[in-house]
Amino acid sequence: MSIGLAHYLVVAGLLLIIGIFGIFLNRKNVIVIMMSIELILLAANINFVAFSAALHDMMGQVFTMFVLSVAAAEAAIGLAIVVVYFRNRGSIEVEDVTLMKG
Amino acid sequence: MTIFDTMLPILFLALAAMIMLMSGVFSRRDHSFAITGAAIVLFAITARLMFAAPDGTIFHGLFITNDFTRFADLLVLMGAAGALSLSVAFNQRTGITRFEYPVLIVFAVIGMVVLISAGDLLTLYLGFELMSLALYVLAAFARYNLRSSEAGLKYFILGALSSGILLYGISLVYGFSGTTEFTGIARAFTGSASASLGSTIGIVFVLVGLGFKISAAPFHMWTPDVYEGAPSSVTAFFATAPKVAVFALLLRVMLGPFAPLFAQWQDLVQILAAASMIIGALGAIGQSNIKRLMAYSSIGHMGYALMGLAAGSLIGVRATLIYLAIYVVMSLGTFGCIIAMSRKGRPVERIADLAGMASEDGRYALVLAIMMWSMAGIPPLSGFFGKFYVFAAAIDAHLNVLAVIGIITSVIAAFYYLRVIKVMYFDAGSPGFDKRTAGINLVIGVSAIATVLFVFYPSPLSTVSSLAAHALFPSQGF
Repeated sequence: MSIGLAHYLVVAGLLLIIGIFGIFLNRKNVIVIMMSIELILLAANINFVAFSAALHDMMGQVFTMFVLSVAAAEAAIGLAIVVVYFRNRGSIEVEDVTLMKG
Repeated sequence: MTIFDTMLPILFLALAAMIMLMSGVFSRRDHSFAITGAAIVLFAITARLMFAAPDGTIFHGLFITNDFTRFADLLVLMGAAGALSLSVAFNQRTGITRFEYPVLIVFAVIGMVVLISAGDLLTLYLGFELMSLALYVLAAFARYNLRSSEAGLKYFILGALSSGILLYGISLVYGFSGTTEFTGIARAFTGSASASLGSTIGIVFVLVGLGFKISAAPFHMWTPDVYEGAPSSVTAFFATAPKVAVFALLLRVMLGPFAPLFAQWQDLVQILAAASMIIGALGAIGQSNIKRLMAYSSIGHMGYALMGLAAGSLIGVRATLIYLAIYVVMSLGTFGCIIAMSRKGRPVERIADLAGMASEDGRYALVLAIMMWSMAGIPPLSGFFGKFYVFAAAIDAHLNVLAVIGIITSVIAAFYYLRVIKVMYFDAGSPGFDKRTAGINLVIGVSAIATVLFVFYPSPLSTVSSLAAHALFPSQGF
């Protein structure tokens, strides 16, 4: 059996679903949410690279490089915000992030 | 040197932002006030440069400027400059005066300008992220305040989720059209009579990702919390510039590369518009915090503006642009009034705190009343004309159900706008607010005058917005 475009797309789709479920079902820790966000970005990256190879077009791989660097910046800012939040609240449990409601 | 001429406004903004950042980092004294002033001047100069920059497509289609992008850029610059002038006094009172604040706003504006002028999905994504990353930090800007950091955290998580979904959508669109360039995508989609499943999912994901940022229901859940938790000066910025920028991009993407699949996405945009109008009207009724009220109000306004997109026609785009311009002015005025709500240096946010305002400070009460009337869409104020144009566009495109929903929800929404006026004019109390600064007086004064006088001078805005709308539909002559 040869591995084709469809296999990569299925893997990427599964990663996307795991990432989204990780954000909404996770009741424990904000760090797990950040990991889920990375999973979503990686799912998109797998798509880009797979399409790039299938289409014989370089744009997808160029896009992946940009996404990787943006993901790093996003993780840095996200962790900084988590640190600021932890200093004020003393906890990063998801259940504690409920000061404002309605 | 067309490339340089076209890029000049952005290059200027970026270079100035770097200089501002470095001067803030390396100087011993606190220059935050000077840097804020410099940023406002910077926006004015950039606006001038935007007018001088020629129309064109540069970098092999990555970056586009035309009348449409210029219109949206000017609205963004106006919103950002207004929000910055409002921020000075508020930040001083709440002790968050830092030079990073104007610098972050300038970076966010650069992101928005790139976003508006994107001619390729890559530029779109990079502009979107440059804007978003600056906005996440701004939401958490009062970093010793628990509510602000919680707002930042919520905005970051949901914003990152939305940009992830947007990116996944972009990857599918790329895969099924074979290119990331807008014109190329439009060409690829024109041939097929019906879209493949992959490209339909891609378009839906892109729509979801952008819908998040303009807080269209059902992707609005972050809006009330972020509006309430973030410092009021930041909320004023959130309510104006990013909304306009992402909305302009939404118009360009849906009516550019995705235009051949109009039949596929029109129903979705209609659902978004109807849901936003309904949530905006019903969600605000029980609110006692005026910033939360404004959050639901902005969700509703985005619903009305989406009506023009759902129409998908030239007059629809024109109506949306007019609506956005009027919305920015109204929002700046309203948030100017909200920022002026402070007692002994501490911001107050409850609607009940406004009781007795009319007898204590008649001018303030009148300005806020004008803004509320205008947002409710009561003639002859400008808000009425914004709604009138989008309803007319919707009916012209035979979207009668949507127009009926819009009229019903605007009647419901009038209830909570009028409640603010009722509290100010008929409830007993003594607000005892601090003295307003010149910056706030200027912004709320100008927006009140613009809102009232729009009925006499509608032609500049309607002419400019139809020029901009024609740039989006080059095939239909002016």
